[in-house]
Amino acid sequence: MNWSEFFHMGGYAPYVWSSYALGLVILVANAVGPALRHRRVKEEIRSRLRREGKL
Amino acid sequence: MWKFIHRLASPKHFYRIAGKWIPWLMAAAVILIALGFYGGLVKAPADYQQGDSFRIIYLHVPAAWMSLFIYMVMATSAAIGLIWKIKLADLFATASAPIGASFTFLALVTGSIWGKPMWGTWWVWDARLTSELLLLFLYLGFMGLQAAIEDRRNAARAGAVLAIVGVVNIPIIHYSVEWWNTLHQGPTVTRMDKPAMHISMLIPLLQAAAGFQIYYFATVLMRVRSLVLQQERRSGWVRELLREEGVR
Repeated sequence: MNWSEFFHMGGYAPYVWSSYALGLVILVANAVGPALRHRRVKEEIRSRLRREGKL
Repeated sequence: MWKFIHRLASPKHFYRIAGKWIPWLMAAAVILIALGFYGGLVKAPADYQQGDSFRIIYLHVPAAWMSLFIYMVMATSAAIGLIWKIKLADLFATASAPIGASFTFLALVTGSIWGKPMWGTWWVWDARLTSELLLLFLYLGFMGLQAAIEDRRNAARAGAVLAIVGVVNIPIIHYSVEWWNTLHQGPTVTRMDKPAMHISMLIPLLQAAAGFQIYYFATVLMRVRSLVLQQERRSGWVRELLREEGVR
């Protein structure tokens, strides 16, 4: 199989590739979102502790 | 064994142990999903009826299975939290909801995209599709309810009741293709006799499904860790942890 054949998906390219694009976005967002949130939570607690002079 | 479980349920140990597991789970999930997608998109032959459009199955079916599995995890842990007052169980329910909702959304949209060329329509109000849509609303309702209630314990309790009542929808989704006439095709993998799928098509599907499953475990642990930290923000070990990390 060559590349253009692969991308063509037997004529179903728009359906197949839009599905996989959305799938990848959702998968990545499920990891990046919580990672960013974890950093933010840590920052919040850290700044609160600093304000209270406990850190 | 009990000692291990008891220690795992303590927020401090959970936080530490989960932190060690997440990278390994993530790596395993990414490898399995990559194998599954590669096998499904490149190696597997085109379907003799559906052509290459059937390749959406490697995304659609794992997402749909996870939408049901995560709901059961969410309802079970919410029930455990409700009955035995285990806070960590409540946090697992809370953390599972957005992940489950995203997989349900993915299953619905990929199903719709797959339906257009195969059935000639994006959507029909049949049993399988409607009950899966209801599942999405159950997830969103659970999240909305928890967000709307200020008191954490009341939020957990209200969410648990909704989640447990919603379990009735799970067998309806699963058996909908057998109980009612629907456009949706019947089960191809989970049949009693043997899967109606050639092994070269089946293996990538199972790899992707296993990958999605492990991916869920990794991301739910990430979310629960954040919730644990928020909940324990006033305790000594959190202060200790942030102090140590601050030095580095």
